[in-house]
Parts: sequence; C-alpha cells; structure tokens
Amino acid sequence: MIKATKSPRVRIVLYEGLGADPLDGDSRYRIMRALLERGLTVTCTGPQPADDMTPGTLASVEESVLLVIGRFEGGQPPQVEDAAGRVTLHLLHLTDTDDQAVVQQIDQTLGELDVAVNQPGQWKPWFPVIDYSRCTNCMQCLSFCLFGVYGVDADNKIQVQNNDNCKTDCPACSRVCPEVAIMFPKYSQGPINGDQIREDDLKREAMKVDISSLLGGDIYAQLKQRSSAAKERFAKERDEKRALSERIRCLNKLAGQMDIPKEVLLNLPSQDEIRQRAADAAAKGRAALEAGD
Amino acid sequence: MPHDERSTRSADASPNARPLRVLYCRCAYADVVPEDVKDRVLQRLCESGRAFDTVADLCEMSARHDPALNRIAECGGVKIAACYKRAVHGLFEAAGAPLSTDDVHVLNMRTDDADTIADNLLNDGEVDT
Repeated sequence: MIKATKSPRVRIVLYEGLGADPLDGDSRYRIMRALLERGLTVTCTGPQPADDMTPGTLASVEESVLLVIGRFEGGQPPQVEDAAGRVTLHLLHLTDTDDQAVVQQIDQTLGELDVAVNQPGQWKPWFPVIDYSRCTNCMQCLSFCLFGVYGVDADNKIQVQNNDNCKTDCPACSRVCPEVAIMFPKYSQGPINGDQIREDDLKREAMKVDISSLLGGDIYAQLKQRSSAAKERFAKERDEKRALSERIRCLNKLAGQMDIPKEVLLNLPSQDEIRQRAADAAAKGRAALEAGD
Repeated sequence: MPHDERSTRSADASPNARPLRVLYCRCAYADVVPEDVKDRVLQRLCESGRAFDTVADLCEMSARHDPALNRIAECGGVKIAACYKRAVHGLFEAAGAPLSTDDVHVLNMRTDDADTIADNLLNDGEVDT
C-alpha cells in the first residue's frame, strides 16, 4: 500500500556550504545513512564553496517541500525563500550531529509541516516493470494476471496500470512472458530481477510456455481443470479430507512451479470470480491485439 | 563561476563538458542489495566531500511516479549506483521518465565490488553537452 502518494514531495539538503560548519566524513556518512534508511531523499552538498558545487538534481525539483539542514553559524539558519515561489523552503539548524538525533529532529519538523513520508519496512514496492526493448505486446501478461495489474494505453500498448494490485513477492506473470520482458527489480534471481538474459533463460522460458500450453493454456485453465477433477472425485467419494488435500497438493505444485507465494494462491478469489476475471482480461487482451492489427 | 566551467573539469575537456552527477539509491525497501556494499559506497561518497544526490529507493519513487525521476532523466549526465541496468532503465520508463542511454551510467551494487563502484563514481568522468 503506497501511503504518501498525495502529500507534497520532501527533499532534504544536507548543507555544508557558506554560512554553515562542515561535518567530518564519518558524521556526514552516519547522518546520510540514517536519513536514507528513514526513507528520505537527500542531496549532500559537501563542504565545497557554493560556486564550486555540483548542483543537486533532486533538490531543484518543483512543487516540493525542501528542508535544508546544517550546522548553521550562530545556531540560527538564515532567512531565505525561493524567489520563484516554486519550492516551499525550510531551514533547520541541527542541534546535534548524532544520526538518530538528526532523524528525530527531522521527523518532528516534518510532523509540524504536516508532511507524510513513506517508511521502509512498512511496505515493499513490488510491481512488474516492462522491458519495452523486449516486449512484443503479445498480451500474455494481461490475459494471465488475475488482479488487473496490466492494461493498455490509448495506442493499445501494454502497460502496468495498477501497481497496488500486484501481490507482493509473486513474480508469476514474468514466468509466462515468452520474451522474458517482465522484471521485478526486488526479486532475488535473474533474469526476473533485471539481470542480463542468457540463452539458457530464453530456452527455459520457451519451455515454460510450452508446458503451460500442454497443461491447458494458462493458469486459470489449470486451476479450473484441477478443481473440476477434485470436485468430481469429491462427488464420487464424498471425501472432504481427500478433496482438501488434493487442493493443497495442486496449490503447492503451482507455488513451486511458478514461485507464487502460497498466501497468494490461498487467497485467490472464488472460482466464479476467477473465471469472470480471466474472461475479462482475455477479452481486453484480444481487443487490444485486434485493434493493433 | 558557471557550473560548466568548474575546476573539476580536466584540462583537455571541451569547453562544453560537464562532470557527471552522482545518484545513489539506497534500496531501503528491500534486502536485495548487500548491506556492506551499500554502506561502503555511501561511506566513500561522504568521505570524498563532493556533492551528490541520494534516494531511499528508486522502486518506491517509480511506483509513485515521482517527478524527481523526470528531472534526473531530463538532466542526463549522471552515474547511478543502484542495481541492474535493465531494471533501472525500466523503472524510469515506468515512471514516464525514460533515461538516455548515451550519458547515463548504471553501476550495479548487487553484483559489483563496493570500491570498484566508488572509484568509478568518484572518477571525474565527463560528458559533452
């Protein structure tokens, strides 16, 4: 869940130029590290004179709250404002150079400014990233994803439209992509994590698609087939325990084959909903492909 | 002094040359980049005393379509210490801010040695404007 999408962007500038005391390298490192671990975006000016400074790219972004922190001379930050009025500028004198004290002081200031910032550990940015240099717009991912993550733009080009719908740690759609064009940068292994694609990867992906086709085309078909088979057995034998163990066995197999977290499989919508969603997604994909012809 | 005439420019560089900026991604939202590599690279940057930009996590920014990614892409001329090149380019593109391939260099903290990366970041690589 992305929390701070609507609040103003915050940029921190650790300022050590004219009118501020420079920090020693170790204090600078500890402060920078603590601020980054807190989830903040920071420009470090270093102790160079202002006219010899490599300009920060992020610090100059518009429509943001810019919090300039430093050990200002006399313990008082100077009064400054953005002449163009594009950036809300705040200055904060650091009373202590201890990293945790700095984070606490910044948290307090952001609280006073009513600015929310996402925090590492509370959420994992997990969503597919399409490598358009490989993507052939085949719509397999759109047809496959049960959660409506994919869509098409005005030109019927596949795109990731609903990041938040993606199930954390589930890379299944990347495994059905015949071109190995879907990445999850936070995934542990290549090529899904963005690592270089090797010949073996292409062969393996091709094999996966073939296996998938042999098994009935897609995961919905597999689920449906296995579920029907289980239902049939259940009807014949009226053995609830056996049906349940079959379901668990199937889910475990799918989880292993496609590295889908068990929680995702166990929280799938009802069979009717799955059928409906699969039909909708496939229709969307077909329509996009037809429009592109 | 205008920034394209900084003293960091080497003597034989063209008049329009400018040093590459540095962008460091902490990948703070996951444990996929080795902690010791992230720490060592950041430490070397901080000890150098030079100016640089950092972000907590490029994935998180891409998910939010943070306009800062546009700014970075527009400016070009940057060395990015993060993860795989394909992933970094994909994250910027996903945020509607495609990176140039000419003057953007991605250094991979998931696979490469920290000091090699830091040496590369701190070397005054330049790009002609």
